[in-house]
Amino acid sequence: MDAAVATRPSVVRRLRRWEGLPYWLILPTVLYLALFVVWPMIQAFELSVRVGGQWTTSPFHQMYSDIRFGQSIRFTLIFIAIIVPIQFALALAMALIANSRIRFRTVFLFIFIMPLGVSDLAAGLVWSSVFTQHGYLNTILQGVGLRDTPYIWINPQHQTQLVLEVIAAEVWRSTALITVILIAGLQGIPKEYGEAAEVFGAGFFSRLWTVTLPMLKPAIQVALLLRVVFAFEVFATVLAITGQGTSTLALQAWQWQTSYLNPHVAAAYASLILVLSLTAAGVIMLLLRTKKEQLIR
Amino acid sequence: MKRAQTVGLYTLAIVLAAWTLFPIYLITLGAFSTQDAIYTYPLQLWPHHVSQHTLGFFIHSAGTLPSLQRSVYVLLLTMAIALPVGLPAAYALARFNFHGAHTLRLSVVGTRAFPIIILAIPLAASFIRWWIDDSILAVSLLHAALALPFVVLTCASIFSGVSVELEEAAMTLGCTRLTAFARVILPLALPGLAASAIFVVIISWNEVFAAATVTLLHPTLPAHIVAVLNQATLPYRFAGGFFLLVPPVVMLFFIRRFLFGMWGQVIK
Repeated sequence: MDAAVATRPSVVRRLRRWEGLPYWLILPTVLYLALFVVWPMIQAFELSVRVGGQWTTSPFHQMYSDIRFGQSIRFTLIFIAIIVPIQFALALAMALIANSRIRFRTVFLFIFIMPLGVSDLAAGLVWSSVFTQHGYLNTILQGVGLRDTPYIWINPQHQTQLVLEVIAAEVWRSTALITVILIAGLQGIPKEYGEAAEVFGAGFFSRLWTVTLPMLKPAIQVALLLRVVFAFEVFATVLAITGQGTSTLALQAWQWQTSYLNPHVAAAYASLILVLSLTAAGVIMLLLRTKKEQLIR
Repeated sequence: MKRAQTVGLYTLAIVLAAWTLFPIYLITLGAFSTQDAIYTYPLQLWPHHVSQHTLGFFIHSAGTLPSLQRSVYVLLLTMAIALPVGLPAAYALARFNFHGAHTLRLSVVGTRAFPIIILAIPLAASFIRWWIDDSILAVSLLHAALALPFVVLTCASIFSGVSVELEEAAMTLGCTRLTAFARVILPLALPGLAASAIFVVIISWNEVFAAATVTLLHPTLPAHIVAVLNQATLPYRFAGGFFLLVPPVVMLFFIRRFLFGMWGQVIK
């Protein structure tokens, strides 16, 4: 056998080449991601602990004593706690509507996913036109007689109010992403399961709870992971709506990099964002782990 | 009972659609009002006096046109980098069952979950060292890193949709793998690939943080708006918001069918 193959080296070489083909095909992607994703991450850590060739923790001390550091952390925590339940409820409703037998289904579907094309900056500008003192919200409140004078929505004295306004804009903009992921998940559930449950007398909500949601678990996991990780990146929405009225970790990283020209403290912020994202991702994967035998595929 | 459910479903659908559309209506209204109307409180909630002056004012403000031009160059260059790099990997994921395919899929999704901040800040330092800071190339390299996971996953789902039998038939009839790809697979996959290219354009047009971090004198349009945001007047903000929002939403309309295939790949 070996001898036979050895007499036809060209065939062996060709077979080997075909086995290697997928690896050659993925090589450019792997190299690009290594150079422009993995390597910068390592560099970010290095920048944050090495200043002028010396190992130091001073960028982290500077970050920690930054007056806006606590504000940024608080912003992120309140933001995640409030936005996650709201967005999942809305996205689930949108996904179920888009998956139902409603008329104009495709029109509704496109309307729901429209904000997927809207950038955080554009969303921020849209919602600043709503919340600005002489803006649309006050116009409407005055129009229906709820207020006589314009209320100041953008007030740095009221931090929680600012967070809520950013949440409104982000709910508006980024729920579409969760909706799309949930719809992709719903499309993978065989219709028979729900129909079988219906035959046995399950109502809408008990079908949702016992059939749909458990089957959606992988989609929910991906959506939740992206939502929480993206919460650490909130940037232009905050800048456009609140000016510098409040701050986020991403906003501080940008400030230290471009205004205070200190890449080390900026890198400390970036490292913190990475560690928080990874921790959050790990916790979500652990909490929503789907056992192999639970997967019906 | 059934009837009540139907009414509930339609009401909910209409409320959710209104929630999505109303802010877009408001910014459109603002962008097409006269500047005087924008400064008059209370604002108009109905189009009275449609005017292009506010949009014209935004477009002719200092810095808008040059940065718009740069944005276009950046998105073209991002496409030129992300598609050739990502397409072979997408084809490999769709056609071969190779060792490490699952790991590759996971790490590609993983890189998308990494905050752009962690890339932009150290790369800003690298770009200075490579003499390409504050340039179209610098922004494009970052945007391509951001778009690459999307390219690999959407195109993998598109290639999987083209039947293997066709490819095998072509190869039996004398095509090599390369010519089978070029003559059979590529024409069939073309609409999907175009959709994926449009998605790259949307990502690049919309990206703010990286562009605002690595540029200074030569910003893209969103980076320029961020830089002047502190002094921006109300008409500038209304028109700017409208101008940024419309192109990607229109493009999204044309590729809407392809969005779900991609996320189907991710949650597998």
